Amino acid sequence: MKSLAELKAIKDKMQNQVGVRIENECGTRIVVGMATCGIAAGARPVLNAFVNGVADKKLENITVTQTGCIGLCQYEPIVEIHEPGKEKVTYAKMTAEKAMEVVEQHLVRGQVVKEYLIDIK
Amino acid sequence: MYRSHVLICGGTGCTSSGSAEIEKALISEIEKNDLSNEVKVVKTGCFGLCALGPIMIIYPEGSFYSMIKVEDIPEIVSEHLLKGRVVKRLLYKETVTDDEIKSLNETDFYKKQHRVALRNCGVINPENIEEYIGRSGYEALGKVLTEMSQDDVIQTLLDSGLRGRGGGGFPTGLKWKLAKNLVKEGQKYVCCNADEGDPGAFMDRSVLEGDPHVIIEAMAIAGYAIGANQGYIYVRAEYPIAVERLEIALKQAREYGVLGDDIFETGFSFDIGLRLGAGAFVCGEETALMTSIEGNRGEPNPRPPFPAEKGLFQKPTILNNVETYANIPQIILNGAQWFSSMGTEKSKGTKVFALGGKIHNTGLVEVPMGTTLREVIEEIGGGIPNGKKFKAAQTGGPSGGCIPVEHFDIPIDYDNLINIGSMMGSGGLIVMDEDNCMVDIAKFFLEFTVDESCGKCTPCRIGTKRLYEILDKITKGQGTLEDIDRLEELSNYIKENSLCGLGQTAPNPVLSTLRYFKDEYIAHVVDKRCPAGVCKDLLSYEIIAEKCKGCTACARVCPAGAITGTVKTPHVIDKTKCIKCGACVEKCKFGAIIKK
Repeated sequence: MKSLAELKAIKDKMQNQVGVRIENECGTRIVVGMATCGIAAGARPVLNAFVNGVADKKLENITVTQTGCIGLCQYEPIVEIHEPGKEKVTYAKMTAEKAMEVVEQHLVRGQVVKEYLIDIK
Repeated sequence: MYRSHVLICGGTGCTSSGSAEIEKALISEIEKNDLSNEVKVVKTGCFGLCALGPIMIIYPEGSFYSMIKVEDIPEIVSEHLLKGRVVKRLLYKETVTDDEIKSLNETDFYKKQHRVALRNCGVINPENIEEYIGRSGYEALGKVLTEMSQDDVIQTLLDSGLRGRGGGGFPTGLKWKLAKNLVKEGQKYVCCNADEGDPGAFMDRSVLEGDPHVIIEAMAIAGYAIGANQGYIYVRAEYPIAVERLEIALKQAREYGVLGDDIFETGFSFDIGLRLGAGAFVCGEETALMTSIEGNRGEPNPRPPFPAEKGLFQKPTILNNVETYANIPQIILNGAQWFSSMGTEKSKGTKVFALGGKIHNTGLVEVPMGTTLREVIEEIGGGIPNGKKFKAAQTGGPSGGCIPVEHFDIPIDYDNLINIGSMMGSGGLIVMDEDNCMVDIAKFFLEFTVDESCGKCTPCRIGTKRLYEILDKITKGQGTLEDIDRLEELSNYIKENSLCGLGQTAPNPVLSTLRYFKDEYIAHVVDKRCPAGVCKDLLSYEIIAEKCKGCTACARVCPAGAITGTVKTPHVIDKTKCIKCGACVEKCKFGAIIKK
């Protein structure tokens, strides 16, 4: 490394990673249900898709985290998105592909992806 | 990208309580569960709550696990990391309330703290320079080299009000200004004093272990400001983890070009050498430290000339403490104003304290200057264990003094502490309760200085020895009232006539205990009694016949065979045989044995 530009490049690369370690209480939280039911239904790739999607888009102030059983096992993998000052949005039967779409539509553009919303009859 | 980061404390405290085995177990368990690509394990520096080690913290949830055992690892991995269910049973109990889990920053231990010098400790992996860069590392160096003149840097430090954190409290900016201006040309040096020797102090160790790059960056900034191209870190060899991480950090800094020639293509060159101290306390004194770096026996020299004029190898030198350096990159990045907005009128910023002794939360805390002793001990430190009463706090190690309970509410800063007969020192804070004998405490510190006096000057070499002997006499019940006067007279003589800081401050523990606890000295001398029940020669153990049930428990545990009696009749202690170990008191279920 010889220049300040190179220093900045390393910082940009690392900032996101180290940023995970700062408690972020005011930002958006993406919560993936990761109980046995969730994992069995494929929650892990969903969780990882969110983690990578948020990083790729360089979205700030977003925490991707997991939780236990939400109680609606038949709808797993379930993902809840908590945005400050807004109602919680719950997506059901998620996949990695759907997750990418939610990142693009919901998190980047602010449009809830209605067709993936949970639909309890 | 990793979805979760598991931070394990790799500081000396947690390493000695087994964090290395825990890290190993964790990595293998994570592999077993096929989570290696999703969960990152990071070994960090000290989190501060050493009493509860080994400590582990899992992000993004911020779950703070304390006193982890290897057996707990499979549960943490399968429950928390795999299924997202926080293992409440293992959480730091302060973070768990009935219905929710509190954030760490809301706990009593952390909420009043303000981390500047420790900002990266327990956050980054100290063995990875990129993580330091990710937290704005080396940005201050870049800013200084490309945007600021030497005088700008010095002015910023002067404006910030930063004073030396090693104990003396000399304004850092002024020190740098003298080193830049007294001699304009030629070879100069930048040194870091990491020879932290006060008993009970480990602030500097934690910074070196948790954030070594901050010292390198600050020293390079200092080099630019005064016109030096060479630095030395003098670290004690008793800190093996700190030494190892410094070596790694220096190597990485050279690889990444933030040390070496032509840093950031500005033409500025700087490198740092590591020198290990062989364990002499006096080498923490600046002139002795430099003599030791030169390869000579570590002995102090008279000042002036001050190091800023003639220091290491007779060249202009600045010497700052680890914690002082740790503040500097933040001051450069955030501005002098930001720093001087914290603290009191004459003491700006924050101070790290190593809490030890009779206190719940033994560990490392960083608070703004001006925080009261009460807040530090009762709120952050969690108070005194076992319902005992607070008696005094000792600050400044062997150079400092005891602060009694009536000064509990003074704001801590350099000047206030000196006014009440103690000193900031490097930041050791030892809490004492009613079971500590103040004469014994003074004797303990004098024993230390007698041992560590280098012997070069007479007042310190012989004076501290005589002080110790008088104290020893008093604790044995052989003291007289004249001895108390003589203690004071001799203390003042040593203070005025010793060559270096070691001797000049060595009588402080005696003087401050005499000032606030003279009644205890008098009790030892006149009544031949130790009020705290510590000095063995003044103690005797007795069995109260009415309370003794004759269970024989005490007789069986007595190592000297001093207790006799038959079953179901009261026992008796033979005082000529009793060695006053107190084992019988602990064993007695009926409270029948008393210490007098």
